Amino acid sequence: MVDTFDIAIVGGGGAGLTAALYAARGMRSTIVFEGNVTGGQIATTDLVENYPGFPEGINGFDLGQNILRQAEKFGARVEYALVDSLTRLNTGSFELVADGNMYRARSVIVTAGADYNKLGVPGEAEFVGKGVSYCATCDAAFFGGQDVIVVGGGDAALDEALFTTRYVKSVTIVHRRDTLRASGILQDRAKANPAISFLLDTTVERIEGDGGVERVVLKNVRTGELSERKTAAVFIFIGQTPNSHLLKGMVELDAGGHAMVDLSMKTCVPGLFVAGDLRTQAARQLISAAGDGATAAISAEHYLQALG
Amino acid sequence: MSDVREVTDATWEADVLKSELPVLVDFWAPWCGPCRMVGPIVEELSQEYKEKVTFFKMNTDENANVPTQHGIRSIPSLLIFKGGELKGTVVGFRPKSDIKKRLEEALA
Ligand SMILES: Cc1cc2nc3c(=O)[nH]c(=O)nc-3n(C[C@H](O)[C@H](O)[C@H](O)COP(=O)(O)OP(=O)(O)OC[C@H]3O[C@@H](n4cnc5c(N)ncnc54)[C@H](O)[C@@H]3O)c2cc1C
Repeated sequence: MVDTFDIAIVGGGGAGLTAALYAARGMRSTIVFEGNVTGGQIATTDLVENYPGFPEGINGFDLGQNILRQAEKFGARVEYALVDSLTRLNTGSFELVADGNMYRARSVIVTAGADYNKLGVPGEAEFVGKGVSYCATCDAAFFGGQDVIVVGGGDAALDEALFTTRYVKSVTIVHRRDTLRASGILQDRAKANPAISFLLDTTVERIEGDGGVERVVLKNVRTGELSERKTAAVFIFIGQTPNSHLLKGMVELDAGGHAMVDLSMKTCVPGLFVAGDLRTQAARQLISAAGDGATAAISAEHYLQALG
Repeated sequence: MSDVREVTDATWEADVLKSELPVLVDFWAPWCGPCRMVGPIVEELSQEYKEKVTFFKMNTDENANVPTQHGIRSIPSLLIFKGGELKGTVVGFRPKSDIKKRLEEALA
């Protein structure tokens, strides 16, 4: 017997958990699949300052778990498993395979978000958990009093660099362009912080060490000159790639790989919705992801009502 | 009562390295969000593997030696020992099924 749900949600980040909250509160049988940490990207953020309702800010992990509890309170079921495939059956309903188990759903909301990009340089994969990190909030405390580098020039890179200065002696921000992409307020804070310095027009060529990160080889992109720099850790924040592989061949994607949806989060496939960072033209904020999740759940409800 | 006990730098050798049963140690800290998701999974496993595996947790804020010796630079980290030897590692949050698989591999 395969379990059939009214609404299956792929991804338990801000968009997915909010969709689950709406769907379950609307008395629809609801399942959320999460292959990693519930809360998604925000779960590793120390302080979320721009989610309305929390004037003092709130820890990202706590915020995610609060939305999770709220969804579970209304009966949403959460399954910690990665969805490997999504297919639409002739009957119009959907079949999902997660961790080798099969599930059916009459409608599906995909909120798989985005994954951080890798540098793709020698040493990176080898030293994950040994000095290479994609989460300063998680790992910065292990480098107390040491010198570290942060790679990237956007909001995430500067945010995490600022956080890291609580523990480390110095942070060098390495960015491949000559200007930062981060918002003005973060740039101001980072530039005002004496523990932070910048190496612009610079890329990381290799990460080296014996059993853990000890140094990086850097390249000045203007002169081509290589140099070595000691570092205890390399924190990498160089953007994200949308997790759209489940949708390939089903849903139209934009040039960046985000799913095309209309303003009600409908895709071109009836009963299939996409919300949050995975959709085209997303604001890539938690509040907009949550808003999208609510919209998608309401659209799914309309779809199910019309099915009868 | 929880079957996951605290282990410290001081009790490490006796509790972990000299243990007759295989041991799983959960390295965590109070500020680490994902650790709070791993904790309950380890609790559940400690019930399922009662009398087969001993379960410990180590607070990395309060113990510096063992985490440094084992090169722990990211938490949550789970280390599995058998006969005093490291047999398996799980770094970062993984669903229970993954952790269980890794534990089974280490026990085999
Ligand atoms: C470091 C950092 C700091 C940030 N700070 C802020 C901030 O201060 N304020 C703010 O508003 N926004 C912030 N953001 C952005 C915000 O986190 C995202 O906009 C938001 O998390 C998007 O939510 P989402 O649900 O669309 O996707 P995600 O958060 O990416 O969640 C997607 C989830 O789906 C899961 N998943 C993916 N594929 C599968 C699959 N096949 N099966 C099962 N599960 C799957 C993933 O594991 C993940 O948990 C920050 C982001 C980062 C990286």
